[in-house]
Amino acid sequence: MFKILRKKTLNNDVTLMDIEAMDVARKALPGQFIIFRIDEQGERIPLTIADTDAQTGAVTIIFQQVGSSTKMLAAMSEGDYILDFVGPLGSPSHLEGIERACIIGGGVGCAIAYPQAKYLHEKGAVVDVIVGFRNKDLVILEEELRAASDNLYITTDDGSYGEKGFVTDRLKALLDDGVVYDEVIAIGPVPMMKFVSKLTREYGVKTTVSLNPIMIDGTGMCGGCRVKVGGEMKFACVDGPEFDGHQVDFDELMTRNAFYQEQERGHACRLTGGVNNG
Amino acid sequence: MPVVSREVSTMADTSKSRVEMPVQDAEVRLSNFEEVALGYSEQMAKEEAARCLNCKTRPCVSGCPVNVQIPEFIAAINDGEYEQAYQLIVQTNALPAICGRVCPQENQCEKHCIRGRKGEPVAIGRLERFVADWHLENIGIQAREFVSNGHKVAVIGAGPAGLSCAGDLAQRGYDVTVFEAFHTPGGVLVYGIPEFRLPKRIVGAEIEALQKGGVTIRTNCVIGRTVSIDELIDQGYEAIFIGTGAGLPTFLGIEGESLLGVYSANEFLTRMNLMHAYDSAYDTPMMKHSKVAVIGGGNVAMDAARCALRMGADEVSIVYRRSMLELPARAEEVHHAQEEGIDFKLLVNPVQIIGDEQNRVRGLKCLRMELCEPDESGRCRPAAIEGSDFEIEVDSVIMAIGTSPNPLIQRTTEGLEFNRRGCIIVDEETMATTSPGIYAGGDTVTGAATVILAMGAGKTAAKSIDDYIQGKVQGS
Ligand SMILES: Cc1cc2nc3c(=O)[nH]c(=O)nc-3n(C[C@H](O)[C@H](O)[C@H](O)COP(=O)(O)OP(=O)(O)OC[C@H]3O[C@@H](n4cnc5c(N)ncnc54)[C@H](O)[C@@H]3O)c2cc1C
Ligand SMILES: Cc1cc2nc3c(=O)[nH]c(=O)nc-3n(C[C@H](O)[C@H](O)[C@H](O)COP(=O)(O)OP(=O)(O)OC[C@H]3O[C@@H](n4cnc5c(N)ncnc54)[C@H](O)[C@@H]3O)c2cc1C
Ligand code: SF4
Ligand code: SF4
Ligand code: FES
Repeated sequence: MFKILRKKTLNNDVTLMDIEAMDVARKALPGQFIIFRIDEQGERIPLTIADTDAQTGAVTIIFQQVGSSTKMLAAMSEGDYILDFVGPLGSPSHLEGIERACIIGGGVGCAIAYPQAKYLHEKGAVVDVIVGFRNKDLVILEEELRAASDNLYITTDDGSYGEKGFVTDRLKALLDDGVVYDEVIAIGPVPMMKFVSKLTREYGVKTTVSLNPIMIDGTGMCGGCRVKVGGEMKFACVDGPEFDGHQVDFDELMTRNAFYQEQERGHACRLTGGVNNG
Repeated sequence: MPVVSREVSTMADTSKSRVEMPVQDAEVRLSNFEEVALGYSEQMAKEEAARCLNCKTRPCVSGCPVNVQIPEFIAAINDGEYEQAYQLIVQTNALPAICGRVCPQENQCEKHCIRGRKGEPVAIGRLERFVADWHLENIGIQAREFVSNGHKVAVIGAGPAGLSCAGDLAQRGYDVTVFEAFHTPGGVLVYGIPEFRLPKRIVGAEIEALQKGGVTIRTNCVIGRTVSIDELIDQGYEAIFIGTGAGLPTFLGIEGESLLGVYSANEFLTRMNLMHAYDSAYDTPMMKHSKVAVIGGGNVAMDAARCALRMGADEVSIVYRRSMLELPARAEEVHHAQEEGIDFKLLVNPVQIIGDEQNRVRGLKCLRMELCEPDESGRCRPAAIEGSDFEIEVDSVIMAIGTSPNPLIQRTTEGLEFNRRGCIIVDEETMATTSPGIYAGGDTVTGAATVILAMGAGKTAAKSIDDYIQGKVQGS
């Protein structure tokens, strides 16, 4: 059993939690994730490790409530326990040798990008962070990201906060201004990663993306997380989740991720007892 | 432990055929996940036991990888001494309720049975199951007193190899901790083999017995990620057994394998068995498909096909590139699959999975095969018949064409040697790897094999680990 040490609501849809898991806290590196299961009936759900504290054993997760499992988790309170919490899974990010990076986060993807920004910033690299949200109410982690970057750019689709536009607009402006990056790291919704990769390819900038296919075990035994990278089949949970954005077949990932959409929508939510159409 | 030494008191039953196993009716069982084979009653067990000739030469015993004392335990059944029969079996086999159900007996103990020469061999597996079930029901799990000898051993993987190694070590007084990546121990016994063939309560009971005997199990711990083997050594584990199985799925490498509705058998079976996707009380989803093709001919393929039927598919076929004779699955599973209406498309090889506009599986393109002369291994190598391609209409394809060891241990551990297939290299006598104090066994050494071989390897390793640690103690 794993204790919820802290809970913080970041916006209507996004919650932060610290979970007590010393083994994970001690080992986790940027880019890695955990899999949790709330209770006996629960599914195994992957979430990125947003932060860790090796002293207290706290592992921070930040998640968007999209379906039954994330909603149930968000409804739990400090002091409650979840049944399973395993990690750190996946291969850590390759951040060695980067002197200037642009880290791009879309929506809750900011949470996934945050540990990389923090790591690089602490190592003395110049870190530009561009984060995009649909509107002002959805902005999360602004303070944390500011502290972990040299320049923070916030964009909103509707212009209600920061610059109006998409993260790709800001990135293009920076690249056009002649900023040279060793690497662009883009994490967020699949279409966002796809468009960032398309843009950076034109500019010849190395780009890393973090993929979120549907996973079950997270240890390389089911093949459910297979993605196509450079025409080859890769298992995101062990070979990734980070891959070269210029090699990823994003369209295939999008179709595969939508597979269970209808069924999940019809799933009777154990929280409300009713059918959950969220 | 008293060993029964008695001649058969009654004349052996001369019936050529074995007592039939009562089963759930094929029609009925298609709509549930309950066990298909119901088990012998006491009377049936006695009747079958009476067929045993109690041969002096014990050919059956030599066919069993762990040398279960077969004539002796059968004689005890004859006497109605079921608990004694149980004690005889567990002297060499820690998981009889499981082996009685899933061993490929026709290739092991029963293959060598004298009665099999004229008629059917004694149903050794069924009798073993009867005894184990009887024990569970009437005696139950008993706590064995555990007296620690002060030495710590780590076991990686809670499948049959790891569990049997842990059980034997605990019996010898070692403080054993089993580290398991999943949230439930059992390995393939819980995530692969379906409920209707091996009820999870049986596996659970066997594991509980081990825990009561002093074995500690730590779930949610992926060795190589959560903790590395080197860290385990630093934590004071004096020896390590690696029993991580062969869980990496293989795909054919044909076009269309990313389409929606294509699964590895591991994914399909894990959703069904470990995550209970067939039960609406559980959150893990499983798509409903109406026409399913399962590629492969082993136990894994039979299990996937029969699960698909129980999920409500209208038509399920096994697509296998050799003939019925070469099917590697247990005979009983093939028989049950046929009874349940699974269509066997034999001498057929898939070459492409076809999708619709929404990237969903719509069909499977195949070639017909013919068997040529057997190769050195005695198997017939199938060859494609040119121009024989045809299409099967399906909306799901499940790949059950084999697995290999997960590369995680290889990638995260120095000093171990692996063969080309990614299997750990060991000394087959002792199960010792090339790294001192580290032992390995089961599927991770042999590639996908059987429960009983994995258990046997775990036992051998337990003995070697005991020798190794005692040797160190005496040497110091
Ligand atoms: C390596 C990895 C790291 C992740 N890190 C984070 C994170 O830090 N924060 C966060 O909010 N989310 C993260 N995700 C996504 C998260 O796992 C899914 O949102 C979650 O599985 C949804 O579960 P649910 O039961 O709440 O919703 P469900 O009811 O299961 O699903 C809701 C909808 O999401 C779709 N879906 C299910 N699983 C996924 C998935 N893996 N990716 C995309 N869509 C999916 C379903 O088809 C359905 O349409 C990560 C995913 C992966 C693979
Ligand atoms: C569907 C199916 C049906 C089968 N049917 C039969 C049958 O009828 N009869 C028969 O004899 N055999 C059958 N087999 C084969 C048999 O189950 C295996 O040979 C046997 O389970 C191998 O045992 P094992 O202990 O080596 O590995 P496994 O049973 O695979 O157990 C390995 C365990 O190690 C864990 N693990 C892996 N990596 C790590 C890690 N890094 N850290 C921690 N834990 C880890 C895994 O999660 C797993 O629990 C079947 C196999 C399958 C898949
Ligand atoms: S363990 Fe398997 S092979 Fe040995 S006697 Fe029992 S059923 Fe036969
Ligand atoms: S070979 Fe057959 S008949 Fe002979 S002892 Fe073994 S089980 Fe009995
Ligand atoms: S989640 Fe199963 S192989 Fe990656």
